[in-house]
This record gives sequence, structure tokens and C-alpha cells, in this order.
Amino acid sequence: MKLSLMLAGFLFATAAAAQEKPVLTVFTYDSFITEWGPGPAVEAAFEADCGCDLRFVGAGDGAALLARLLLEGARTEADVVLGLDTSLTAQAAATGLFAPHGLAPAPDLPVPFDDALFTPYDWGWFAFVYDKTRLAAPPADFLALAASDVKIVIQDPRSSTPGLGLLLWVKAAYGERAAEVWQGLADNIVTVTPGWSEAYGMFLEGEADMVLSYTTSPAYHLIAEGDDSKVAAAFVEGHYMQIEVAGRLAGSDQPELADRFMAFIGSPEFQGVIPETNWMYPAATPPGGLPDGFETLLRPAASLLLPPDQAQALRDPALAEWRAALAR
Amino acid sequence: MLAARLAALVVLALVLGTLGAVAWRAGGLGALQAADLSAARFTLAQALASATLSVAFAVPVARALHRRHFAGRGALIALMGAPFILPVVVAVMGLLAVFGRAGLLNDAFAAAGLPRLSIYGAQGVVLAHVFFNLPLATRLVLHGWQGIPAERFRLAESLGFGPADTLRRLELPMLRATLPGAWLAIFLVCLTSFAVALTLGGGPAATTIELAIYQAFRFDFDLAHAASLGLLQVALCTVALLATARIALPHGFGAGLDRRVWRPAPAGRGLRLQDGAAIGLAAAFLIVPMLAVLGRGLPMLSALPAQVWLAAGRSLAVALCATVLTLGLALPLALAVARTGRRRFEWAGTLPLVASPLVLGTGLFLLLRPFAAPATLALPVTVAVNAALALPFALRTLLPAARSLQADYGRLAESLDLTGLARLRLLTVPRLARPLGFAAGLAAALSMGDLGVIALFADPAQATLPLQLYALMGAYRMADAAAAASLLMALAFALFWLFDRAGSYADT
Repeated sequence: MKLSLMLAGFLFATAAAAQEKPVLTVFTYDSFITEWGPGPAVEAAFEADCGCDLRFVGAGDGAALLARLLLEGARTEADVVLGLDTSLTAQAAATGLFAPHGLAPAPDLPVPFDDALFTPYDWGWFAFVYDKTRLAAPPADFLALAASDVKIVIQDPRSSTPGLGLLLWVKAAYGERAAEVWQGLADNIVTVTPGWSEAYGMFLEGEADMVLSYTTSPAYHLIAEGDDSKVAAAFVEGHYMQIEVAGRLAGSDQPELADRFMAFIGSPEFQGVIPETNWMYPAATPPGGLPDGFETLLRPAASLLLPPDQAQALRDPALAEWRAALAR
Repeated sequence: MLAARLAALVVLALVLGTLGAVAWRAGGLGALQAADLSAARFTLAQALASATLSVAFAVPVARALHRRHFAGRGALIALMGAPFILPVVVAVMGLLAVFGRAGLLNDAFAAAGLPRLSIYGAQGVVLAHVFFNLPLATRLVLHGWQGIPAERFRLAESLGFGPADTLRRLELPMLRATLPGAWLAIFLVCLTSFAVALTLGGGPAATTIELAIYQAFRFDFDLAHAASLGLLQVALCTVALLATARIALPHGFGAGLDRRVWRPAPAGRGLRLQDGAAIGLAAAFLIVPMLAVLGRGLPMLSALPAQVWLAAGRSLAVALCATVLTLGLALPLALAVARTGRRRFEWAGTLPLVASPLVLGTGLFLLLRPFAAPATLALPVTVAVNAALALPFALRTLLPAARSLQADYGRLAESLDLTGLARLRLLTVPRLARPLGFAAGLAAALSMGDLGVIALFADPAQATLPLQLYALMGAYRMADAAAAASLLMALAFALFWLFDRAGSYADT
């Protein structure tokens, strides 16, 4: 009896404490919220003066995030979704769940990007990363890579965001000739992994000469480990971009807070955390500039990016080409 | 019987209920496509090869371990069981350290001027599956050998049986009772392989049904298609179970006196060499990759951040809860199968093996979401899913022993009217102590490695150790991840060893 009274009191107290502040629920991918991601710093900075409880909910990676949203539909408890990229936004926009954000376009993107529903918070270029102590002369484009005996490890486009990025990269650069390029690459591919982590781990263990990752990957090794041996290879056809965006849900029960968070995304407090936690470029460079070491990174000659609806439309045929070319 | 019916219902609700929920949400099932059929072909072929090779290699190893006695035999048997309980990502890293392009084996080949071998392709998938499953097969067959009463071997000896007669009269019937079950468990676990098949398969030619489900969910968001693929896996499971049921025959050795009779190992240089080679090769194949993982991770262990240790504590709690739940489901099911001979209990207890984690997770999400926020259910769902996924292995371990128990002591117990808790305490648990300990060890270790990592319920604030391991890898912290992998491996093995020992101790 005593125990149940105590329990009831405890439950009531916690419920009351939770009710004091409005809760803003943000769906994102898991790595955003881990101790090593931007989540903890972003949460502290936003809660400092919003008078609210910012609650991050992790849902796997970007594609799993979209799947969860599609699963929940209009009943979702999310107020904001953060972590989709431009290969997913067409499908996300088609749900009709998102409301216009009304914000100005982000200033520091290498390509014009103005979307009524989604605002970018960071971006990067896909690239093949190699170890300059192991590979002296990296190939200069996909054709040179295909002609060489350089071994690469890539991710599966069906289960991984960078894998899908590579699929669209080849498609954006070579169009009709994409299948031919993949056939040429077949004997360079050591294996295809389910996710980025497995591929990058295998590259570090020496299983492949190059790995599909980002131009910013060498910054981690340089800044966190003081190791300058990892370099991104420059490809002359240009590098495909990943732009990561956030959107606000039309059915949010905290519309003001949601708008406030959307505006906060462009602030120096949010943007300043991005480079050294998400290891991507911020959408608005903070006043202090980028961290030391980022100036050493590869700046591609050209940026490739398919518009969201085109990326969506090309996905299935590009996947079929990829499968046919690699299924020997 | 009531407990068995209840256990079967719980499992069926979890596996078929979640599948139904996904199909219901999709408004029906989707048609299978041409690509699915080629995925099904590859899945079946690699599972057949993996299961058959695992079982074939297990027989000489188990026989050698059974008839040879040497210092450290117990420790070796325990250690050789370890690969089975490794999380996939850890095991793949260990295998690559030995068999990869830059692995020990290829370095040795290169030093000797031989061409390098490639692990990537169908051969790599089968190699990894044998690495995972040879330990389970060896233990199940070894249990079979240990289950032949020592008196029968003595009788055979006094009748002047040579090795060939012993094989025909004692060992073959035992193998016929044991092997189909072991083969089935391994076949089914390889049927749902995803990460191993993809990472080592070398490309889209190695597409499994599970990967097709993955694609249906995240690439196409086609739930109807995903549900059809899930149903295809259930159908394959049912066919495989029916097929093996026709082959497996219970042996009829009768009860022994349970004496430990020391038998001199068969003499002869040829047999000695053969047994030594079987044990030596298997031990090297299984233990070297694990040493590679440990060697890389252990030095970094002290530098692990506090979150990882917290996650380890959480994983331990999850593993212990899941173990209790697994045994609570497996024991009634095993006893019911033994007593009634009804295959449907066995089918229910085997079904979780082919449940796709994605279908299971999505179905649970659809079913539970109206009642509670998924993140608040993260740990209970992890416990339940781990327990369900460990159940088939626990059942496989208990079944042969439960059948002999029923055959040898069932009638005596009936005539004494020994039922309920008293029967459990006086007869069942003491007689089944050894397989119960092994089953508990398997369940605990498998849950430690998180069979049921389900993204929809995962809450990074309450991450388990395997999730934390992925988080470290995703944050470029590969050295920390290697340390976390060593920790995971050590904890899983410690749990396995403790339960397994407790079982053997109670048995003597």
C-alpha cells in the first residue's frame, strides 16, 4: 500500500515536471544524437532560451527516418524532421506532411538551393578517400579508376545513403553511359557493404585502396588524430553533393517552437557545432570560420547534384543498371 | 501442456502477428518479382552449402573431442563455442584480419610466393557461415555423443565391436537423431543472413531475401512486398522443418547408470593423427580470428568512454532478462514435443529463426505505437525480440535430451504420479541440467550480441553495447569501436561460459 502510494506520488511528480515545459520533438538519424554527434550541444544551446524541452528521437539513418515518417503518417508526434537529404526530399514532399518554412536560402552552399519545404543544415561532397602512404597516384576520374587495378570498397545503394549517392553521382556524370562505367568498375570493387561504417572500417584495415566517403573525412583524421595520410581523390567530372535538410511538419502541435527551431538551425550556435561533430560543411559558415584543418581539404572543380524530383525518378532505373552491371 | 500452448501462442503472435500487421497496414501482399526469385535461389544455395559443410565438419571434430582426453579439453570446448555468439560485425572484422586481402593468410601466401586468395564471393559467405555455425553444430553433436550411456560403449567393447561396428550400432543412430536438427537450425539461420552475405558476397550477385526485404522497406517503402518476402521466409522454414522431420529418428539407447566410465581412447597412430588434425584445424580456424579482434581491441579498453561501460551494463541486464524468458519458453515447448510428439510445437519454437528483424520490428511498431511511444519501449522490446530469436537454439539444444528423458523416465514418472513442480524439480531439471546450462549460455550470449537490433525502437539514450559499437564506428572512432568489440566479445563469452559451467556442474 505504502509502496503503491509512493509510486503514484512519484509518477505524478514526474508527469507534472514534464508538463511544465512544452516539448518539441525532433526526429533525426541516430548518429546525430550520440555523444559524438551534434545533438547534445544543439540541445543545450536551444534549450538555453526556448523555455522548452527539446526531445530528439533517433530513427536509424536518413532513409529509415523517411520510412518511419511514412509509417506514422499524419499521426506522427514529430514537430520537425532533421536529416533527410536531396535524394529523399521528393518522396518526403509528396507525403504532404510538411509545411513551408519561410526562411531565406542558406548562404554558404556551392550550388543554389532554394526549397520551400526543406532548409539545409549541412552539406558535403562524396569522394573516394585513400591513404597517400599506400596509394601514390590515385585515378583522376571514374574511367581512369575503371582502367586501373585500384581496389575500392563501396556501399549498397539499397541499404546505405552514400551508396545511393554514388549511384546518382555516376548517373549525373555519365547519364546514358552509366551502365558502361559500372561494368568497367566491376573488377575494381572488392565488395559492397551494407553501410558506411563497414566500408570505412575495411578501408582502414587495408582491405581496399580507396573507400567511398566524403571529402571531409580526412578532416577527422587530421583534427582528431593528427594523421594527415588520408586524402580525398579529386575526380575531374565533378563530385556529387549531399545536402542534408530539415523540415517542419504541418500537423505540429508546437508550431511556434517548431518555427523557432527551424530558424535556430541557421544560427552560429547550431552551425558552429557541425564541422567537428557531423564532419560536414555548415550551411552557414559561423563567424569564426571553419576549424583549422578544413582549409587543407579537397575543393572539387565542379559540384554535381540532381534536382530532388529527378533524383527520385532516376533512382530505380539507375539501380537496375547497377545490379545488372555488377551481378556477374 | 498449458505452459507449452501459451509459449507457442506467444511466439506465433510475435512472428506471424507482426507479419500480419505489416500486411494489414499495406492492405495486402505484393507480388514477388523476378529479382526476388534470384535472391531466393542465392539464399537457398548458400544456406544449403553452409549448413551441410558446418554439420559435416562438426562430426569428426565432435568425435575427436568425445574420445580424446587432454589437458585443457574443457576450456577448448568452451572457447570453440565462442564464434557462434559473436555479433556479426565483430566476426566479419576478425575473419577479414585472417582471410582478407590484407589478412594473415594472404600475407603468408605472399611471403611464400603463392597467389593471393580472395574471400569475397560465395566462398566467403559460406566460410563465414561455417565459422559462425561450426561451433553450434560441434556442441550439438558432442551432446549427442555424451548422451549415449557409457554402458553401451562398454557392452560394445565386451562384444568385440571394432570402430566400424560401433559406428553402425551406436554412433550412426545417434547422428541420425542429432544431425537433422542441427542442420536445420544452421540452414535457417543462414536463410536470413544479411550483413555477412552482403559484406563478403562481393556485390549484388549475393543478394539474399533479407536484403530484398531491406530494399522493400527503405528504398521503395513497399510494405506489401516486404510482407510477401517475409511470408516466403516462413514458407521455406516450414518446408525445411517438414523435410528434416522425415529424416530424424529418435535413437533408442535406453537409460544408463550415469556413471562416468573412463574409456581408453582408440589406439592407433592413424586415428590419433586424424583426431589431432580435426581438433587442431577446427581450433585454429575458430580461435585465430577471435584473437585478432581481441588483439586489436584490448589495449584500447581502458580508454573507452563512460557511455560504453553504461551500455555494457544495460546489455548485461537485457541478456539476463532475455535468458530467463527464453528458457521459460523453450523448456515447456521441448517437453511438450517430447511427450506428445507434436510437430506443431517444434514448428512454433523454430519459426523465430526465419523472422526478418525488419518485419518483426515494423510489425511491433505498428502494433504497439497506439499504446506507447516506441522509445519508452526500447529495452522491453529488445529483451522480447532477443528472447524470441534465441528460442530456436535453446529448443534445438533441449529437444534431444528431452526426448531421451521422456523415453527413459516418462513411464516411471507417470506410474509414480510425479507431476507439476515436483517433477520439474526432481526429474526434469536435474536430468536436463547440461543442455539447460548450454541453452541458457547461448541465449545470454546471443542477446548480449543483440540479435534484435531494431532501428524503430532504438533509443540512443539507452543504447545497448552493440548499438554503441555502431555509433562509435559511425563517428569514425574505429579504435574505440575495436575496444568495444573486444568488451562485447569478452562479456558475451563470460556469460556463456558461466551458464554452461553451471549446467555441467549441476550434472555431476
